Amino acid sequence: MAKVLMKGNEAIGAAAIQAGCKYFFGYPITPQNELPEYMSKELPKNDGVFVQAESEVAAINMVYGAAGCGVRVMTSSSSPGIALKQEGITYIAGAELPCVIVNIVRGGPGLGGIQPAQSDYFQSTRGGGNGDYKLLVLAPANLQEMVDMVQEAFDMADYYRNPVMVVGDGMIGQMMEPIEFRTPVKRELPSKEGWATTGTKGNRKPHIINSLFLDPQGLEDHNIRLQKKYKTMKENEARYEAYNMENAEIVLAAYGTTSRICKNAIDKLKEEGINIGLIRPQTLWPFPEKAFQEIPETVKAALTVEMSEGQMIDDVRLALNGKIPTEFYGRSGGMIPTPDAIIDKIKEMLGGLK
Amino acid sequence: MLNEKVICAGFGGQGVMSMGQLLTYAGMVEDKQVSWLPSYGPEMRGGTANCNVIVADSLIGSPIINDDATCAIVMNLPSLDKFEVDVAPKGKILINSSLIEKKAKRDDITAYYIPANEIALELGNARVANMVMLGAYIELSKAVKIESLHKALQKVFGGSKAHLIAVNEEALARGAEFVR
Repeated sequence: MAKVLMKGNEAIGAAAIQAGCKYFFGYPITPQNELPEYMSKELPKNDGVFVQAESEVAAINMVYGAAGCGVRVMTSSSSPGIALKQEGITYIAGAELPCVIVNIVRGGPGLGGIQPAQSDYFQSTRGGGNGDYKLLVLAPANLQEMVDMVQEAFDMADYYRNPVMVVGDGMIGQMMEPIEFRTPVKRELPSKEGWATTGTKGNRKPHIINSLFLDPQGLEDHNIRLQKKYKTMKENEARYEAYNMENAEIVLAAYGTTSRICKNAIDKLKEEGINIGLIRPQTLWPFPEKAFQEIPETVKAALTVEMSEGQMIDDVRLALNGKIPTEFYGRSGGMIPTPDAIIDKIKEMLGGLK
Repeated sequence: MLNEKVICAGFGGQGVMSMGQLLTYAGMVEDKQVSWLPSYGPEMRGGTANCNVIVADSLIGSPIINDDATCAIVMNLPSLDKFEVDVAPKGKILINSSLIEKKAKRDDITAYYIPANEIALELGNARVANMVMLGAYIELSKAVKIESLHKALQKVFGGSKAHLIAVNEEALARGAEFVR
């Protein structure tokens, strides 16, 4: 298929429809509005349904209902809107239903601003809702990866019967890049017949979708089963890109938009003869711990760069487990780090290392 | 190696976003690496709109242009004031002299003064001032071939807007001619 030039938010919608998404429930918020707008126009043409709900809470519960019927369903929002959806998200995770949730992150806390940020890392990876649950969290850095990941997210959700979150930011949502729609690597997907509420037609017992377990032992058993599933996800789904790691003196850790800025900094430093590597998590959960455990001996320190006041750095530290010192550089509130500022921080660190 | 970083800026309605998109599209037609990043939010409402376009031979890192623009195309005075500083030394600034009386301050960049609105009015369509500027930029930078822009125009002005292609092509040509 030929390349097309699309805006990030619209590309997400197109990828979802390509993946067989038939239902979208959402509520407007900048900077992701082009996505629901696109779905409102395109889903009806593709045998699907778009509903602008009365609130984010309503939208995520519509997703819960549709997911319970076994259909491919998606919602999207931006940071404070995703905060409102957390109750529904933990219910969906607890009831083990597949769905895709897109967060085009903006600056926080509270209503915050509308410019790009990465300050929802904890919200996405630690469970913004209650209980011991996990989402698969994908973090694309460019639009091609975005459309590939959105398509695959639906397969992953069905494969694990688990909500999958795709995390972008205002920049990824608003920018345009050429993309090509490709078919994701095929997974053997389990049948939904055993649990989806598709109507008994008088021929079987009703299927029940539920996240309430009043018997403590029953709930613990449920949790143990969930943990087993999360363990499988952890073993199979962690992904990352390693960039310029050979002979690197410092390794940067950054995802999404920030990783692109880091690459500019790395390329600039390379011209000066300074070798800096980058580990770019493509999945935020599971976190690609192995990438950090296998860093080359030449690396003397790590620098985590985020559009936040420091969230992913916790996972970088846990993965490195004290092996090398780990520092942080970040901007927040919608401010975006510049390559030069990252270079300055790296040089400051190199000065201290020598 | 081609690594053009262009800031297009002006009032909302001057077509700065579509000017950037056409350049991006033309780059894609030539199989180059391209990105288009718009400003969004309150600054767009009644103020300046701008977009960052990168057309390059090698993979693009950040789509953001900080202070390393190879060219700024400014359609109004606030845009000149705001973006002149973002042009890299030896870069270009294309100034819409129909609306901007002020001259560029810096002497380490080359300024071109193009009466884009006047030229557009001569063509009978005030709205193609953006294409005059884009035509001038392409002539100066050779970032993409003019034929690729024509292809991009056909893609953007498909169907009911097809009658606009001719005047847009004319505007591109007049802009190029002006700086030749």
